[in-house]
Order: sequence, then structure tokens, then C-alpha cells
Amino acid sequence: MRRLSLRVLDALVLLWTVTTLTFALIHLAPGDPASLLIAPTATAAELARQRTLLGLDAPLLVQYGRWMSALLHGDLGVSLASSRPVAVIIAEALPVSLLLGATSLALSFVFGVLLGGWQALRATSRNDTLLTVLTTTAYAAPTFWLSLALVTLVTSGAARFGVPLWMRLPAFGIREPAALATGFEVWRDVFRHAVLPVLVLSLPGAAGVARFARRAILDAANAPHVQAAAARGLSRGRIEIRYVLRTALSPLVVLFGLMLPGVIAGSVFVEQIFAWPGLGRAMMSAIASRDYPVVLGLALMYASVVIVANLAADLLVIQLDPRRRDAASDQSADDRVGAVA
Amino acid sequence: MTGLHAINADRDVNDSGTRALRIAAILLAVLAVGAIVLPSLNGGAPTRIDDVMATRLVSPFSRDQLGHWHLLGTDAFGRDILARLWLAARISLGVGVAGSLLAAALGIALGAIAAWRGGIVDRLILAIGDGLLAIPRLVLLLVIASLWGPGLPVVVVVLGLTGWMAIMRLVRSDVLGVRVLPFVEGATALGVSSQRVLWRHVLPNAMGSATVAITLGVGNAIVLESGLSFLGLGIQPPAASWGNMIAGGREWLLIAPWIALVPGVLLIATVVACTVIGDALQQRGARAR
Repeated sequence: MRRLSLRVLDALVLLWTVTTLTFALIHLAPGDPASLLIAPTATAAELARQRTLLGLDAPLLVQYGRWMSALLHGDLGVSLASSRPVAVIIAEALPVSLLLGATSLALSFVFGVLLGGWQALRATSRNDTLLTVLTTTAYAAPTFWLSLALVTLVTSGAARFGVPLWMRLPAFGIREPAALATGFEVWRDVFRHAVLPVLVLSLPGAAGVARFARRAILDAANAPHVQAAAARGLSRGRIEIRYVLRTALSPLVVLFGLMLPGVIAGSVFVEQIFAWPGLGRAMMSAIASRDYPVVLGLALMYASVVIVANLAADLLVIQLDPRRRDAASDQSADDRVGAVA
Repeated sequence: MTGLHAINADRDVNDSGTRALRIAAILLAVLAVGAIVLPSLNGGAPTRIDDVMATRLVSPFSRDQLGHWHLLGTDAFGRDILARLWLAARISLGVGVAGSLLAAALGIALGAIAAWRGGIVDRLILAIGDGLLAIPRLVLLLVIASLWGPGLPVVVVVLGLTGWMAIMRLVRSDVLGVRVLPFVEGATALGVSSQRVLWRHVLPNAMGSATVAITLGVGNAIVLESGLSFLGLGIQPPAASWGNMIAGGREWLLIAPWIALVPGVLLIATVVACTVIGDALQQRGARAR
């Protein structure tokens, strides 16, 4: 219990560090949001008035203090560009991104672990080598390139191969522009639009998970306690499930924790290309208009998700793996980094 | 027995691993040499725009109206895609290598200092590293690159600034391990200065795991550069990078898909080669341990 509260305290300090770093980062950057909001012909006095209006004329430390104290009261501030509350902007975009992210994370993990496990069972066979080549390639493919390739396939490709119209998939957007559909029809429409973006996110995702799962299972199979179990004459099925998969579970849990933030952050390119109105697009437009409160709010949200996911994964691993219960928290942090690298 | 217990057949892994490593190394070498040599040979042709109407949007393996043959076709301005790919390889490979070397230098220096000095310096470096790790790297890249304005130097610096944390942690924990070994104690006892012990005796022995991270970092940096360039936040046209070539082909996707798709194939091949080399180094390291 004491360790848990220490970890939570650590997480809070980390969150504060992140927000402060982000604040410094974007306020030290060149560019002025006020000048983007007024006419290019505006006089210096008008610019100054706009800056006062937005509170940008105060010293940086004062601005930081204001933002921090509002944040501690649960207020993320108001967008400079659209004057809408940042919390509302995030609340609108979040479910749209989650729809893509959560679906593709689930698909990536299920198919990745199955594929990696299947490969590990026949490691060094020809099929294993072939799949390793395929997964390495899919994992290396940038999502924006994959998106364009799939769009080509479902548009001009589908036309060339004479795919009937009702089977073709929409290449952009989240709904048909003129759709007057209701209820179930809406979901069907959104589903059709989500197929391509989800596919683009899941292919490299599943490939990455498969590579990792194969390695983790093989490492677990080479562990001394597995060899000892084999020497004791336990059956193969029992060894594989009770000893190998059990040991391989903790690195997979850590990986899941690492991938969880990708649910909301991984789709910047995909949202740009498929005109999917989620957090990635909100981020891009906020950056372009120097909308400090929105960028800060989004960074804060991303960081909280990363920190909470890591914390949850660490705690879960401690539950799963008794050896970790005595280990210093530093070790799990280094494992994390190893997995990223 | 078969299945999981057959993996002790380490020889097989070794053989196919070595072959993959060889192919990857050859591919990267060819790309590097081609990128350095080939663009200088055809004298500015990759960026020159001639008779656009006669040469634009030629599909792969065919001739333009002036009778020139193009292996990979031409883009919307009539520029030969193969020639531009080599020119772009210069920037994409160069930025990838430079960016990850910068990240490596930062990570090694900060990791060594953190472990060697300990105390408040250590805490501070770790806190900044953890803070940066807590924001997805892509988000960090987007924020910095777009706020400071696009361009080649910014991309390299940004890749360095957002890529050092993992290397820092690896070097730090290795230095902590090496600093208690007898030969370090011996050097200190002989009166070698603390600085010199760190840089000459400890650090060279604490680079094992960092090497792998750096190799994998090159592939990562190349993808990130192409992503930034794709969004218009990286290398700016008319300079060519694989990422902005893909971006430039995006609006022609329906009538000339090769413009956007061909550069990606080379990009993927390069990243796969980096991954294969990183994996091989990692396994070699694991076996040596």
C-alpha cells in the first residue's frame, strides 16, 4: 500500500514536470497567436490590445501561474482561436479518436499475440521465417504511406477491377456528407468509413505485437525454470501453458501499457488523411494557430494517459510476477525503455 | 521434441540471421553510395523542370513525349522519379543518421553524467527524461517542428531532442554497473582524474545496450522525418525527401499512384534493413551476456 501511494506521488510529480516542460516549450517558441487573430493590416496598438485581451502581455511566470491555478481548479482554459472551452474541444474529439484507436488496439493485440504465439511454436521453420519477413515489413510501413496505398486500392483499384459499387468503401470522412440516416443506419455508415483507417492502424500494430510476442515467448521458453520443468518430465501442453505463456505474459502486459496511449495519439496521420475529426486533427489545427491552451490541454491529456497506463502496467506486472515484488521500481522503468527501444 | 523446445537449435537462427544481416548491410551500403554518387552524375536533372506538358505523369517503364525512357515514371512536374529518389535518399538517410547520432550523443553524455554525478543532477536528468518520455514522440515532434518552423536543421535538432531519453536510461544503468568494477577502482586508485576515468574507462565499457538502441533509432528517425515532411513540417520542396515526395504524389493518387507509392517502397526497405541490423546486434549482445 505504501509503495502504491509512492508510485502515485511519483506519477503526479511527473505529470507536473510534463506540463511545465510543455508550457515552456510552446511559450518560448517564436510566433504570436494574437497576430494570427487580427487583420494583417492591423496597427501595433490593435495588436497590443489583442494581446492584452488574450492575457499574453503578462510576464511568462504570471501566465504560468494563472494557467496552473486554473488547472488545479479543474479548468483547462479557453481556446484562443475559437473561444470555446478546451475541455469541450477535447470531449468532442476524444470519442471519435477512441473509436479508431480502441478498435485497432484490440485487433492489433489479439491478432498480434495469436500470430506471434503461432510463430514461436514453430520457431526457425520456413513459415516462421516468412512471417518474420512479413511482420518486419508491415511494422516498418509508415501509416501515411499505407493509408495512401489502401486509398488507391479501394478507389482507382476497385474501379479497374470492376468491384460493384455497393461493395466499395468510402476513402474519406466519418459519415456520408448528405446522410439523413438514423439509428442503425448511422452506425453502419460510420462502420463503413472506419474500415480503412482501422485497417491502416491495425496492420503495423499487429505486426509489431507479433514480433514482440514471438520474442517474449521464445525468451520465456529458454528460461531455466522451463528447462527444469521439462527435465521433471511434465507434459508439453502443461509446460507451454503453465510455464511459458505465464512467464511471457508480463512483457506482454508492459507492451499493452506502452501501446495504450497510441489509442489516442497514434492516429495523427490517419486522421489527417482520412479527414477523421479526432484528437490528431484538433492537435494539428491548434498547433498551426498557436492555440496555446488547446495544445497544453491535449499534451496534458496525452501525458496523463501515458503515465496512468505505465503505472497500471507496472502494478499489474507486480501482481503477475512475484519476482518483481522485491525489485526496485527503477528496474521496471528500464524494462519499459528497453521495450520502446 | 518439436515446437518451443526446438529453439535450442540456435545454429539455424544464426544462419538465417547472418544472411538477413548481410542482405540488410548490402542494401544500406548500396543506398548510401548511390545517394552520394548518383545525384551528382546527372547534373541537376532531378530538380530541373523542363517541358512539363511533354514529360509529366509518365507511368513506370515507359517513354515521355520527348522519347526519354523512365524506369519509375515521372511526377506532376515531369521530373524523373528514380533520379529524385536518389536525391531524396541523400536527405532522408542523412537526416535519419544525423538525427539519431545527435540523440545518441545527447543520451550518452547525459546518461554518463547522471550516473557519474548522482544526487540532484541524476534526479534532474531523469525527471526531464521521464517528462519527455511521457508525451508521445510524434506529438512532441509536431509541436516543436511546427512552432519553430520547418526546415532541415530544425528536423535534425528536433529528432535529437526527442530521441535521447531511452539511450540516456540505458547508458545510465550500464555506467552504474561498470563503475563498481575492479578496473575502475584501480584507475581511480592510480590517481586518474574522475573525468578521465568516466570517459576513457567506464563509458567505452557501458555502450553495449545503447548500440542497439542507436541502430534502431536510425530507422525510427528516417520514418519520423518522412512523416514530418509528409505533413509539410519537415523538408520543404523543391528539396526532395521520401516523405515530401509521397506528400507531393498524394493529389495525383487517382491518376498517377506511382508518384506517392514508389518512394514508400524504398523507405520501407531502408527501415527494414535498419531493424534487421538492430535485431542482429541485440541477439548477439544477448548471447554474449
